[in-house]
Amino acid sequence: METIKTQDVTVNDLPWKIECKPDRCTMCGSCVAACTFQAIMPAVERRSITVSTGHRPEPSQKHSAVLMIKQRNSIENACTGCGMCEKICPNQAIKPVRNPDSRFSLLARKGGSPIKRGGRTSLNSGRTLDNIIVGRISQMTDPALDSERHTFDILAPFGRVLMPHELPLSAVNGTLNLTAKLPPVNWIYPIIFSDMSIGALSTRAWEAVALATAYLNEKHNMPVRMSSGEGGMPVKLLESEQLKYMILQIASGHFGWNRIVKAIPKMKVDPAGVLIKIGQGAKPGDGGLLPAAKVADHVQAIRGVPKADLMSPPNHQGLYSIEESVQKMFLSMNAAFKFRVPVAIKCAASATSVSVYNNLLRDPYRICGGFFLDGIQGGTGAANEISLDHTGHPVVSKTRECYLSAVKQGRQGQIPLWAGGGIGLTGNAAADAFKVICLGANGVFLGKILIQLLGCVGNEHGRCNACNTGKCPAGICTQDPRLVERLDIDKGAQNIVEYMLALDSELRKLMAPIGNSSLPVGRSDALVTTDQAIAEKLAIQYVC
Amino acid sequence: MCRIGAIKSKEFFHPSAALHLMLPQQEGHDNSGFAMVMQDMAGVFSKYKDKPLLSLACTQKGAKLVEDYMEANDFRQLAEWIPRGVKNVKLDIKAMPYYIFRNYDYPEYYRDASEEAKGELLLDTRLALRELLEKQEQGYVYSFWPDVLTLKEIGDPWDIATYFKLWDNNGDLMAKNVVVQCRQNTNYDIVRYAAHPFFLQGYTLCANGENTFYTKNKEYQKSLHRGYIGFESDSQNFLYTLHYVLQELKWPIKYYKHVITPLPFNELSLRSDGAELRAIRQSLGSLEINGPNTVIGMLPNGNIITCCDSKKLRPVVVGGDGTMVAIASEVCGLNAILPHRNQEQDVYPNEREVVIINDALEVERWKQ
Repeated sequence: METIKTQDVTVNDLPWKIECKPDRCTMCGSCVAACTFQAIMPAVERRSITVSTGHRPEPSQKHSAVLMIKQRNSIENACTGCGMCEKICPNQAIKPVRNPDSRFSLLARKGGSPIKRGGRTSLNSGRTLDNIIVGRISQMTDPALDSERHTFDILAPFGRVLMPHELPLSAVNGTLNLTAKLPPVNWIYPIIFSDMSIGALSTRAWEAVALATAYLNEKHNMPVRMSSGEGGMPVKLLESEQLKYMILQIASGHFGWNRIVKAIPKMKVDPAGVLIKIGQGAKPGDGGLLPAAKVADHVQAIRGVPKADLMSPPNHQGLYSIEESVQKMFLSMNAAFKFRVPVAIKCAASATSVSVYNNLLRDPYRICGGFFLDGIQGGTGAANEISLDHTGHPVVSKTRECYLSAVKQGRQGQIPLWAGGGIGLTGNAAADAFKVICLGANGVFLGKILIQLLGCVGNEHGRCNACNTGKCPAGICTQDPRLVERLDIDKGAQNIVEYMLALDSELRKLMAPIGNSSLPVGRSDALVTTDQAIAEKLAIQYVC
Repeated sequence: MCRIGAIKSKEFFHPSAALHLMLPQQEGHDNSGFAMVMQDMAGVFSKYKDKPLLSLACTQKGAKLVEDYMEANDFRQLAEWIPRGVKNVKLDIKAMPYYIFRNYDYPEYYRDASEEAKGELLLDTRLALRELLEKQEQGYVYSFWPDVLTLKEIGDPWDIATYFKLWDNNGDLMAKNVVVQCRQNTNYDIVRYAAHPFFLQGYTLCANGENTFYTKNKEYQKSLHRGYIGFESDSQNFLYTLHYVLQELKWPIKYYKHVITPLPFNELSLRSDGAELRAIRQSLGSLEINGPNTVIGMLPNGNIITCCDSKKLRPVVVGGDGTMVAIASEVCGLNAILPHRNQEQDVYPNEREVVIINDALEVERWKQ
């Protein structure tokens, strides 16, 4: 008997197994061509077939070499379950099947290198928001509004808001006049397209999101803003009118800012804001990570870097305190646009979020224009799996704590709170946004759901999540020109636009029954929960 | 749904007029509260118009607590009107043992103080008395202010008036301004403090409706001023905002409406004062009200105002005959006390409108 090599990797060790039905397969080769991970290959197998063709059984045995589709038994080429083979197969002959007996996590650290992947955390799927219901419904004494016909003011602030007594107003003949400039505040749609950089996304995917943003603004009067992500933007966009829809992000790597700064004198309009990224919820304590595989020529050009792994540091070098951050970063970013553009900060939710928020609220310069809290269920283009799955903090209770802390000081609304990280995780971003707003956020930011609308098939159960490889089968998180071609920009943008229009209707459908025509920021009385612990933690009503 | 009303007159009138204004509208309330605030008084208090008048309902022990506190804090009693209730078991009223309406003189060392300092003292005194009575569950204090009397009771307004002998006009109790409410208490247990109108440092207010932004209003107001307490009713929010805008921020009255029902952003951008209104909207967003509301208020100078929510979901009407102007939730109230007025001149305030009636009974109305 031949000795079994017990330590060899077999297909049965991999997270997904390819199920191919030879009787349906015509050997057209489409699946092999479509698989970006080279998880399958054409192969020749020796087959022994018993045939009997006469009217009486006269079995004869035939040995032949047949062509077939075979899954590679290699960790490097493990199937991700993306299902492109199934999508392209004309005969429904092939599909990936989840392998519950996978030994992948034991084998994939070969060479001493941590597992890297994109997507969202795969372990933290229990969601607080799903246990919250909008329970305070207007009935007779305070009639519900008509979501179809009533006008709603669905806008949220981006920028530093002063306390009423701090407003530079003086009364002349019974009329108040502003006597000094206020910090800039832009009132925008309460949903921001979150920061996903060119590099993390393909140019076509990024363009689709940008196109959807412009379309929503110009055709549907929905002032949605998009954050550039770290890594800069095309100069053409920086010098266009559409820059007003963009929030420029600066992160610890400062990638792309050289070109942004150079473009400032040529800008026709101001950007919608500046977002200083301190951290992200999907991999808190990690900087940005753009693997060399994704640093294509145009990424090198925009960022001004060679083809190499681009790793932003986990923090902004040279800053050691919140106070110093405020003074150096916020002031310089405010000054860059002559104090006309609001500057906000994005941090990963953490045990210290409330301290940071308090510190910013009490900043005597009043220059922080927003606090973006990013929770553990946020997505990423590339991260060490250990960070993605095992670090982070849920965003809901932290947002609530920040809000209530501001309430205690009478400073709510002064630094608008924006929450993200898993908003729209179950596909219903409007409900999630509404609930977080009732708990005290001014608005939310969405990322992963946008790329899912573009065609991303990744999920929280280990499907695909290969954003880090540069082999994104949907052409979204890759710079390979052949893969990028797979993405139809217009169709992708259309999907986002249609989703956002539906989301807008859904927001109205939630505002109308609680009788609110403007956003119910902090209206925690509108929410109830069937979970006592959540009721206690969030200070909302417990119902059963 | 509550019913609210107000009367302003060039001549002193008896509070029974306010009851006649309210009773035709009675189907809208459940006798869970009746209250009125009188300002610019005649009768028993006429000699002490500049001296603070304390209005409270309490037990015997409560009365003693108040007396001791006032004495210890150097307030000297000047006059007193204690209504002797009609004891009749058939009356629908949950009366307290004592109703005290008493004028005090300021403490010696406050005689020359500024009006502002006196106003702060009166507020602090009322808050201290409230705390004192509340802690021992011995009573309720409603107002402490010169020339202002507050009467609150739970029961049928007709029976309440009978109890206080308010149907007998003997000249004891007269005023030029009255704000009044009959309450339909839907929100919570019946609480004596919850009966409108509410009073704070010369500002009186009652409202008919629901404030769906109650929680965010309350969370914000709590930290704005020590006098913003209680929150027994969502209508208190409107009073505190009125007080905050006029008394604390010292903004002109027209900005009250811009705070409680701010214009939509797209309308703000079309206004010449858009920058100011936008600044106000964003800084005072937590004081916005939403939901169906009508507000009637009285200012320290005696002017009476009314305005509605931004959708005008609650009714209100203003009418007058040259000597008296009244505001009511329903026109039947006006018909009861001003049957001879020219109804064609009645004003039905709109959702973006504010109506003010001054001492000369001139009706000023403007669009927000």
